[in-house]
Amino acid sequence: MSDASKIQAHRGMATWGETLVPLEDFREAAMGFGRRLSPEERASSVSEFVAADADPTPVEGPFERVAIFGGIYSNTHALGALLEDAAQRGADAVYCLGDFGGFGPNPEHVWPLLEAAGVKSIQGNYEAALASGRTDCNCGYTDPRDNQFADLSYRYTEQNCSAGFKVYMGGLPARRRIRVGTSEFLLVHGSPRRVNEFLFESTSPEPFLEALCTKVQVDGFLCSHTGLRWHRALPSGRDVVNVGVIGRPANDGRTDVWYTLLSAAGEGVEVEFVPLAYDHLALADEMRREHLPEEFVETVLTGWWTTCLEILPARERAASAY
Amino acid sequence: MTPGTSTSEAKAVDVQNSTPRVHLGSLDTLWFQVGGTLCNLTCTHCFISCSPTNHTHELMTLEQIRPYLDEAVELGVKEYYFTGGEPFIKREMEEIIRETLRVGPVTVLTNGLLLDPARCDRLAALAADSEYSFDVRISLDGYNAETNDAIRGEGTFDRILAGIKNAAAVGISPVLTVTEVHEDNGTDDGRRRFLRLLSEIGIDHPRLKFLPVFKLGAEAERTGAYEGWETLECGAADTWDHLQCSSCRMVTDLGVWVCPILVNEPSGRMGDHLADTLDGFPLSHPACWTCHVHEVTCRT
Repeated sequence: MSDASKIQAHRGMATWGETLVPLEDFREAAMGFGRRLSPEERASSVSEFVAADADPTPVEGPFERVAIFGGIYSNTHALGALLEDAAQRGADAVYCLGDFGGFGPNPEHVWPLLEAAGVKSIQGNYEAALASGRTDCNCGYTDPRDNQFADLSYRYTEQNCSAGFKVYMGGLPARRRIRVGTSEFLLVHGSPRRVNEFLFESTSPEPFLEALCTKVQVDGFLCSHTGLRWHRALPSGRDVVNVGVIGRPANDGRTDVWYTLLSAAGEGVEVEFVPLAYDHLALADEMRREHLPEEFVETVLTGWWTTCLEILPARERAASAY
Repeated sequence: MTPGTSTSEAKAVDVQNSTPRVHLGSLDTLWFQVGGTLCNLTCTHCFISCSPTNHTHELMTLEQIRPYLDEAVELGVKEYYFTGGEPFIKREMEEIIRETLRVGPVTVLTNGLLLDPARCDRLAALAADSEYSFDVRISLDGYNAETNDAIRGEGTFDRILAGIKNAAAVGISPVLTVTEVHEDNGTDDGRRRFLRLLSEIGIDHPRLKFLPVFKLGAEAERTGAYEGWETLECGAADTWDHLQCSSCRMVTDLGVWVCPILVNEPSGRMGDHLADTLDGFPLSHPACWTCHVHEVTCRT
């Protein structure tokens, strides 16, 4: 028997750290650890754990209909189309869930459009990173190729945003609360807990979303960050929506991008995803003039993501072309 | 605590020293040691020394798992992981996956040897029936037979690749889990080699997960155990959320444990029910040092 297999010659023995001990000794020691709460104590421990946290964020509204979008990624063409479309559809207010830059060309051009239209924004991970002088976008990729593209994208945006724009980003709130009809919603970039948490449809189960809503005491929340839109109407009557992004297509082979209309409807709300056709050929030209990677341009032209795919869960990844 | 120290002595030491405690902020990830410590392989780096004869933790049944799923729903768990040992030596495994997929996304960590075409077909059908993601993580520890088989056993490289291909053939694109047992496994070059290997066998959507080694169990015998200085003594850790124990728990046939790493340390056991384990945990084990320094998470 080799030295390496000694510890695996169990037969009636258990592994305790690096040592073999009789099974009964291990079990007896293990059972000596841990809490044993009474049923009442367990119930109280769970109630305390899931209880709501205080949140002083002021509530804006009430509104009848709001347009909400995320991830501009410097796509001023889509932003212009959205502002026009939302006005035509009678939106009382327009909210942006962050990530003004990254991916696309000339990030500074986004600022005057947001200001002129009175768009109310929160910080995305890009704004938080740019305003605090971080050297990366805080997306946390591990694939070297993804990191290379994420670095390139972040450095381009960092170098092409004025100090004034970064100060503006730093002054934005991390979250907002709005009232639509009689329902109250939290607006966040990633999740109610973290600016860079990815909430995908296939990995955000109902019990998890219910618990998040209970923590922040809302009738639902809207997020972005992943780039893929979805809506879950929860059994409790709450609604959780990922509004997707308007900066690049939704990895579905279409060149359109999407935003969300949230409208008061009776006791609750109606959630509508609105496709936006915009001048994607003009965006592609502008990206090429700025020498942005051809892989990014390909996404704009084909509707399929070519980079940063490693963050996708199994289900969303299986639906990808790459 | 080490073998030979009594439980009460160990607890007293824990209270007295300045070991940082990690607060459970939310219970996002729930692990099940469904395969116990029983495995059809005897890998030389296994931090819990799994083998065909290791009954430290036994296989779990669906009946044992069900009450924890009920608790998990109440606590708002985000995702479920099944590991072992080898989960697929459990005959009921597919039933367990089906039931868990009703409440959330599932990932199974496997060595890939039992992923024959028929099983992969059934798994693909389970995945298609659920609105949540079903993921498989397959372990491989070298990008060729020589380096992998030295760790996982002779002939395993080819059998693992066969399992990966069988899974991919039915649309389950597995995440390849690689431990940093070889110096270059986790470098950019190493990552590219693994990606190339996957591409060569026709995997369209390659995904990789790298993990450092834990100097426990068989790995401690292979390369040496932790040394005295590899311990955390830095006071408060209430706000640490980079450690997986701030958002996970592990269930075995012996109850609920703090994390997947410490199931062979009796002091890693926290209670019988999830509700018993919602308070903090002292980072007193040297493996906690590895998690802190390398920012390890066992999640994908």
